[in-house]
Amino acid sequence: MIGRLFDGVPRRGLVLLAGLLVVLLAAPWIANDYLLTVLIIVLYFAYTGQAWNVMMGFAGQLSLGHAIYVGLGGYAAAALYVHFGIAPWLGLAAAIAIAMTCGAIIGFLAFRFGVGGVYFAILTIAFAEFARIGFDHFTWVGASSGFFLPVANYTRNDLWNLRGNPTMFYYLMLALTIAAFALCHILLKSRVGYYWQAIREDEVAARSLGIDTFRYKMYAVVLSAGMTAVAGVFFAFYYNNLFPEQVFHISRSIELILGPIIGGIGTLFGPLIGAFLLTGLSEAMQELLTALGFDAPGAKQVFYGLCLLAVVMALPGGVWPWLAAKLGVNGRRS
Amino acid sequence: MPAEIYLNVAVSGLLTGLVYGLMAVGLSVIFGVVRVVNFAHGEMMTVAMYLAIVLFNGFGLDPLAMVVPLAAVLFALGYAMQAGIINPFITRPEHSQFILLVAVALVIVNVLLIAFGPDARNVQTSYSFDSFLVGPLIIDATKVYAGAATVVITAALFAFFRFAPLGKAIRACADNYTGALVVGLNVRHLYALTFGLGAACVGAAGSVLVLLVDVTPALGPALTLLAFIIVITGGLGSMPGAVLGGVLIGLTEATAGLFFTPSAKSMFSFGLLVLVLLFRPQGLLGKRLS
Repeated sequence: MIGRLFDGVPRRGLVLLAGLLVVLLAAPWIANDYLLTVLIIVLYFAYTGQAWNVMMGFAGQLSLGHAIYVGLGGYAAAALYVHFGIAPWLGLAAAIAIAMTCGAIIGFLAFRFGVGGVYFAILTIAFAEFARIGFDHFTWVGASSGFFLPVANYTRNDLWNLRGNPTMFYYLMLALTIAAFALCHILLKSRVGYYWQAIREDEVAARSLGIDTFRYKMYAVVLSAGMTAVAGVFFAFYYNNLFPEQVFHISRSIELILGPIIGGIGTLFGPLIGAFLLTGLSEAMQELLTALGFDAPGAKQVFYGLCLLAVVMALPGGVWPWLAAKLGVNGRRS
Repeated sequence: MPAEIYLNVAVSGLLTGLVYGLMAVGLSVIFGVVRVVNFAHGEMMTVAMYLAIVLFNGFGLDPLAMVVPLAAVLFALGYAMQAGIINPFITRPEHSQFILLVAVALVIVNVLLIAFGPDARNVQTSYSFDSFLVGPLIIDATKVYAGAATVVITAALFAFFRFAPLGKAIRACADNYTGALVVGLNVRHLYALTFGLGAACVGAAGSVLVLLVDVTPALGPALTLLAFIIVITGGLGSMPGAVLGGVLIGLTEATAGLFFTPSAKSMFSFGLLVLVLLFRPQGLLGKRLS
């Protein structure tokens, strides 16, 4: 199994990958608190980006409402913890189950009725907005005034209840990201992965080859939803608060998918590279604008938007394919 | 509750819905021809709304008189956007266009935030509190003017696409891209014109809507979503569909606000959207999906 993970990866790529892993593992000893927080955000977006990539990058189904799975996952685990004292690791199972069910409902409705492309994307937005407004009026979990977890005790790490300091959350997120990475790597080379890519490239051709496109599109949506819900649980226990206006908002869905698109859609490293670039860019903008004494609210986003425009116009396929060619690690296309 | 209340709310929703419809016509025209979903649509609308406010506060110009000038300004903006940055993207995949327009939207929202701050703004005209009495109905004068302006503009646009040679040329591009190129139409120019026309709808709708709602920079994304709902409900690419969708959504929101809490009203619009997508994915008046 481990051996299979590295099939077809050029040697130079392995060395770079190992180097990256060492840096990421050592980061809490090197980085200060601020940098560690930024790295947690980077990994969070790398993970959610990878989860979204399963659906869009691999199977070609554009979801613009992934915030719904983050929100459902976060709310499910947080509500079980606060109301019944159920530990997040058990709540995680419920969170995944709920998100997967939701994904299955959206997928079933859309794919059964032949809703695809732009229409599917807008359907996913509609569901996320529906959830946002619904949770705004859902008093059991605090409605619009927010749902709070008891604030973490930073002196002691309690991994079972996910109460602890940023270093614990950092390693947790790193483990999740690596796991998602390995899973996607295996999936891409599996039968399911090839079916997905066939559907992405040409759905009619895929179906005429005998692929049950409905079933495999459903797999992609359900898996992506479940993976995203895990990030939602992490989000809830890391930030200790959930507001429907923030968690389910369409800007969250957009934030989540910018990484993989900028990094390179459908590639394994795209979400990671994209998350590093965008989070780094965003933080650097903040620093730069503060240093220049020009920190009007919104200034950061204007420059962020302009950079986004520049990247998407200059590198249509994303940064990773271009970078991989530069580094000479683009062996087999994956 | 007496029946007049329902009727009053329904008429008010219908008139507001007409303005929404005009905004959605813009989105529909752009998608129908250029095949690009304008994710910055509501944001462009807020640009028009802020311009109307500046013109009103600075020069005392009535927003209703500014409908045509603002439509012209937004037309120029739309033309420049399509010619400058969107044309290279028309052959790229949807997600690529999506990011491009999301980036444009992000820039617009935050430039407005820097320029005008986060506070809600509105205009107080001399007729703000006037109303008409029609039998048992009390109708806001502003809403009547807004609805009437919308009907006139939409009719003009219909006529343009139906009868004007340029309108016919644009429809030719929409029907058959290659065919349009073969007969020697300058498709890129026509695409830019179309995007300009879509933006002009937004400019007109924005200067009218400013009479009805307060504007904040954050209104942009909400309007974009609203335009999506309307256009999908009515049929993406269909102009009458967009108007019908606008009226339906206006009515739905007004009545839902009456029967349930107003803050939950857009849930019903999304509910309506989901139903339409499931049972008639091409929209109420849309052509069948290929």
